[in-house]
Parts: sequence; C-alpha cells; structure tokens
Amino acid sequence: MSQNTPMPERVDEIIASYQARTTALIMVLQEVQQEYSYLPPEALQRISERMDLAMSQIYGVATFYKAFSLEPRGKHLVSVCTGTACHVRNSQSILERLERDLHVERGHTSTDREVTLETVNCVGACALGPVVLIDGKHYGHLTVGAVEKLVEVIRQCPCSVEH
Amino acid sequence: MRPIVSPKELNDLRDRLRAAHDPNHTWVQLCAGTGCLACNCEPVAAAFRQKIHDEGLEGVVHLKLTGCHGFCERGPLAVIQPQGIFYQRISPDDIEAIIDQTIKHGKVVTKLLYRDPASKTRIEKAEDIPFYKKQVRLVLRSNGHIDPTSIEDYIAFGGYSALAKALTTMEPERIIDEIKRSRLRGRGGGGFPTGAKWETCRNAKEEPKYVICNADEGDPGAFMDRSVLEGNPHSVIEGMIIGAYAIGSHEGYVYVRHEYPLAVKHLTIALDQARELGLLGPNILGSGFAFDIGVSRGGGAFVCGESTALMASLEGKVGEPRAKYVHTVEHGLWDKPSNLNNVETWANVPLVIEHGADWFASIGTEGSKGTKVFALTGKICNTGLVEVPMGITLREILHDIGGGVPGKKKFKAVQTGGPSGGTLIVETRDAKIMRSMEDAGEISPGDAVTSLLDLPVDFDELTQAGSMMGSGGMIVMDQDSCMVDVARYFIHFLIEESCGKCLPCREGLRKLHEILERITKGQGAPEDILTLQEISETLIDTSLCQLGGSAPNPVLSTLRYFRDEYDAHIRDKRCPAGVCRELVGYAITEDCVGDAKCAKVCPTGAITGGPRNLQVIDQSKCIQCDACYQVCTFNAIVRVKRDRAADVQTTARQTWKPVKERTQAEARA
Repeated sequence: MSQNTPMPERVDEIIASYQARTTALIMVLQEVQQEYSYLPPEALQRISERMDLAMSQIYGVATFYKAFSLEPRGKHLVSVCTGTACHVRNSQSILERLERDLHVERGHTSTDREVTLETVNCVGACALGPVVLIDGKHYGHLTVGAVEKLVEVIRQCPCSVEH
Repeated sequence: MRPIVSPKELNDLRDRLRAAHDPNHTWVQLCAGTGCLACNCEPVAAAFRQKIHDEGLEGVVHLKLTGCHGFCERGPLAVIQPQGIFYQRISPDDIEAIIDQTIKHGKVVTKLLYRDPASKTRIEKAEDIPFYKKQVRLVLRSNGHIDPTSIEDYIAFGGYSALAKALTTMEPERIIDEIKRSRLRGRGGGGFPTGAKWETCRNAKEEPKYVICNADEGDPGAFMDRSVLEGNPHSVIEGMIIGAYAIGSHEGYVYVRHEYPLAVKHLTIALDQARELGLLGPNILGSGFAFDIGVSRGGGAFVCGESTALMASLEGKVGEPRAKYVHTVEHGLWDKPSNLNNVETWANVPLVIEHGADWFASIGTEGSKGTKVFALTGKICNTGLVEVPMGITLREILHDIGGGVPGKKKFKAVQTGGPSGGTLIVETRDAKIMRSMEDAGEISPGDAVTSLLDLPVDFDELTQAGSMMGSGGMIVMDQDSCMVDVARYFIHFLIEESCGKCLPCREGLRKLHEILERITKGQGAPEDILTLQEISETLIDTSLCQLGGSAPNPVLSTLRYFRDEYDAHIRDKRCPAGVCRELVGYAITEDCVGDAKCAKVCPTGAITGGPRNLQVIDQSKCIQCDACYQVCTFNAIVRVKRDRAADVQTTARQTWKPVKERTQAEARA
C-alpha cells in the first residue's frame, strides 16, 4: 500500500485521473479500495464533494457491488470459492472448517485484523476444485482434513495481500 | 512501432513476421491461462528460462507463454513446436529432461505424455488425444499458439486480415448481410441472430451509437469468455471494430468482470498495441473510419451480465436492470442506440468475414451455425474448455471429450445456463427419472422417451426439450450430489445477487429459499412442493428482468426429474446423496482397516479405536463435517440416515475383523 500521499490529496489524484467524470464513479471507488483495502468514510466524503455527487448515490453504488468493502480488511485475505463446480465437490464443508479453525465467520474479519474470510462465486480454476485463495495464491484439490495445513500457511505467512 | 496506414502495409508486415520465423528453432508453448497459473505454471516457466540460459540456447529455443490450451485437468501443460509434442502435468524438475532429451536430441519424454485411460497408451500429439479429437477449434484456434501480449504474433497468424477485408472491400450493409447469411447467433445464451441485431442498431435514428462487449461472465463454472480475452484478446477487438464499422459506431466498451485480472491486463495491452499500430483510432488502416474502445471493470455484481444492468453500470450507476420493452439497440447506453454482444460472439465475427458466410453456415445444424465453447467442470474426468461444432450430442461431449464421471460413480445430471435460468440435462431413460416425469404428468407410462443426452447441441432443440444452451458452463453432477441441495444452492446464490428492485424476485427468492432450507433440514411438509411451484410461476410471470424470470428454473428442473429426492427429504427425512447435514449420520463399517486416518482429521475427537483397530464415531460428538469421509481411501465410512448411524456401527462391531485375519481367510478360500 502506498499511503505516502495523505488521503485527501491521493483521492483527489484518483478523481483527477478520471477528469472527475461522474460516469467514472465505479472506477474511482475501485482505485480507492485498492489503495486503502476498503472505502474509508473520509474518502467517500471527498469524492462526494469533488465529483458533485450526493453521498446517497455514492453509498448506493458502494453497497451494491460486491467488490467494495466499507470495513477495513484483515492482513490476509482468504477467499473460498463457492462456485457450482466447487460446491458439488463439497466446498461448503471446507468453508465451515475454516470458519471454525480461524474463528471468523464468512464475510467478516477476525477481531485481531489478521484474517478476512470471504466467499467468491467462481475463480474459474474449476479443475482444481475445491479451491481456496490465500492472498491471491491458489490452493486446490482441498479436503476438510487439509484445512489444518492451510490455517498454518495463513498463520505463518509474513506477507500480506496487495488489495 | 509505426502505425500501419493501409491494408498493403499490414500484409507486408505479416509477410516480414512470417519470414522471420525460423523453422529450425524450437518453441515451447507453455499454457499460462488462469487455470494453469493456479496449478503453478510459473515455477515451470522460470525453470525453462533458467535452463535455456544455462545451456546457451537463447535465440534458438523460445519460451512462449500462451493463453488457455483447454485441458485444465492436466495442467501445467506445454506443446513443443515444431514437433507438436504435448506434455502435461509438468513440474519444474521435468525441464531438464525436456531440454536434454526432446529439444536437443528429438527424443520424447514418455512419462510426461498423456496416458489414455481407455487404451492405456501414451499419446504424443494433442490432436490424437480423445479430449481434443472431437473438438473443432475455431474461436480457440490461436489460443495456445500465440502470445496474447504480442500483436505481431496475432498478425503473423492471420490476424486483422478480416478487418482489412471489411474496411476496404465491403460496404457496412454488405457486412451486415454477410453476418445475417452466416446465421451467427448470440453466444451469451440468448441465441438472438447477431446480424438482425446489428441491422436494427444501424437503422436506429439517434447518434452516437455504441458497441459493447459483455465480458461480465458471472455464471460460476463458466470461463469461456475469460479464456478468449486472456488468450486471444485481439480476436475480440477485431470483431468489435468490424461490428462498429457495420453499425456506424465510433465508440466501444468492454465490460469485464473484476475477478478476471489477467483478462483485463491482456485486453489493456492489446488495446494499447492496436492503437499504436493504428488499428484503433481516428483513421483505421487509412480508411478514414474512426473507432476506439474503453475498458470498464465490473464491480462484482452478477446481475450486471444482464444487458440493461450492464449499461447502467457502465454509466457509473447501481446495476439495476430496466424493463425490456424499450430496446437497447435503440435506447441503450446513455439512452443512445447500443449494440451489445458477448465475447465469444465478437470473436466469431472475424471468422465469418474472412472465410465467408457460406463457409460458416456449413458448420453446425440447420438453426445453429458454427461452434460453441463450453467449460466442462464438476464431477467429470477431463475438466476443461472445449469447442465443439453445433449438432454434436451432449453424450459425446460428456463421454468422449469429458471422459465421463470419475471414480466409477453414477452420472446424475449436467447443469447448463448458470444459476439464473439454469436447467438440468439428465439421462431421461433412467427408470427413476422416468417415474419422476410421470409423477409430474410430463409423460405417460409406456411412452417412448429420447434421452436428453442424445439431443444435439442446438439452440432450438435444447429449448424445445425444456432445457437450454446457456452461455457455456456445464457442471456435471454425480450420485453424491443432492438435487434439493443444488436447488437451494442456486436460489441462495440468486438471493445474494438479486438487485432488489422488483418485489417478485426480492421476496419470492427468499420464500423459495426458506422452504428449500426447511426441506434439507428434514422439516419439509408435503404441501411445500405445490408452494414451490406456485412461487416459481409467479416469479416467471412477474419479474422485471431475466434474472428473476428464470431464477426458478433450478427448482422446477430438479422437481421435474428428481421428485423422488424431494419426497425422500420430506417424507422419510432422508438425503439419498448424503449431503444434507441435518439428515445425515456418519458411521464406520466393517471395511475399516484401522489406519485411523479419520481419527487424525476429526476436529472434535469423535473418532476413537486406536491403531489397527475398528474405528468408531461417537455420534454425540460428530458434527457431520465430512472430514473423515473425504480422507478414507477404503470407502469404510458411510453417510446414512441420521438415526441409522448407530445401527451400522453396531453391525460393524459384531462383524469386524483385523486386516491380518481377513487376508488369511481370503487366502484359505
């Protein structure tokens, strides 16, 4: 994360790169999300002022699309593929075991901000199903029994995800 | 690179590129599509680079990272050219042998060849492997051969020659006529005639006009469009330029799923290269025609695959669909005439223009021309991307190309069309399924039934049989898939993805899910079936867009063919496939060998017995997490009706013998 530039200036830069066009709202939000790993309220306020859009409209878009998060994410992002191909190969039981072992519910971040556990509709690596992505890296052909090792990977990995 | 200002210059460039291709050099075409990247093709590429460097083979042996070759099941994979040797499941350790034996001495590394499970022989060339044999790869023709980040590669393979032909020798009306005569139909699932759509948009009064490529491939288990964008982005761009010229548009957009970072990357590179060469911009190939394309990344909303929702999203708004009686070809993006086609449709356009409508129309069936790309996933031996001529039967796709269901399990159904609108294709000659159809009043006892699996892949034939082509995702299910659970899964998916604008979809789906969940928990009542059907019909009749309108298909389709499974859940409180957690109990049978693997993975310590002894599950501690079932290689763990689990274990206790005694007894016998 390149948080060297203070927030309002960085957000202004992003807005300027799209000439503050209102039609670029989704793309502006995507870049802000990439920068801060979520959509900070101050950033949304700034977008509202600079792009001359009502907060309600921005909030509507930010909550409609799955790519956006209004809460800070954890250091590690664990995404369990729950696409149909993974579902018929029992991804549900892997998701449940991860919730149990990581002490975090799907769609949430652990209280120590270490892990965010989310589900994705399909990552298109169906030959590897069931698949889990840890910080963007694929772990395939999983069984419930293998979750223990996955949790170790998450706990020991010093790297963090580039959102 | 200098812009190309005429078709002649394009031809000259192609000739130069082809002349520079030394036939004595070796090309390693390594698949670097998302599927192979996921199974670690990057270390393989690194090992190739290192070895080529160490051996001083740079400039003679070239590593080319290509798009998806399709055979995802066997990745990482590579084709060694010019010999055309197909290596699969390559690991970094194998690179030494490939370079030393194959590249230096022309010897094949047998252990890396594909082994055909039927004939038990190793096969050297991709085209001889059953998976590829029945395919006709047109849209995917260059996938696996070209470097998707090199426009030169695309041009050397004949790319942009269709565009040159269209711009210099064809009037826009002629192009539309050619597309109409080819009878190309939309590959996104709808099957609407492409030429007719273009014509309406061309004739629409208002200006400007837009062309849009729908790459918001949201159906889980479908990755056709992603693979085309990743592996051959220029084919889509070329199709869009031709379409824009025919329609009279100067501005285009590709709306691509944000979950496809590699596709976005390759598309962006391709667009930049096309601009640099003057294939996009104010004066394409010196024809005076101006056109450019922008990329818009979706925000992760399934409903944006619907054309009006997609256009709303392109405008930077919430992706809510609107009623369809106002056609987007007249009032679409920013209320202007907009022509939207999906990735695969656009990629077909250069083929039609280059080879002519007659050639294209010679492939396929009467009503459906050309080929269709399918993503074959789920309980199938050969997971991957396949391109087949229209008219091939589903049995051929599943059995001959897909290699059937793995592990001697029984095939149950294929789901096509994704969560919204998805239907099941089943073996309709199966006695159980015929009984279910009789119950639904669809057939009478004694009726002759043609198997759905023998239907040709054809838009109209599949629709007529109550099924659908869909966008190309095919998810195979076997005996271990519970059909009530599958219906519940799809409805749950759609609740999350429903935009909430219209009531039938927003509330109807919730009601359907409530009932289905009750049934999977053993709390269903006989009258639930009728309620499911009634809500489904209301959704079909009254939803605003196709997401809601076709959402009940998975429910109706499972009810039609698998009524017995619903009855088992409702009446007997039993899940025949052993999937529905609340109804299933786990038990260990006398087949247990006592390796205690199950005890090791059990998270609650419910399994005891000690080494080389019969393992026993404490039913009060078991949380039905399935870990033991997945780990047992002796099929000694069974999923039975919850209240029967204790009985199964009692029987096992009475009859179990240590492995040693069992083998001795066998030896005596």
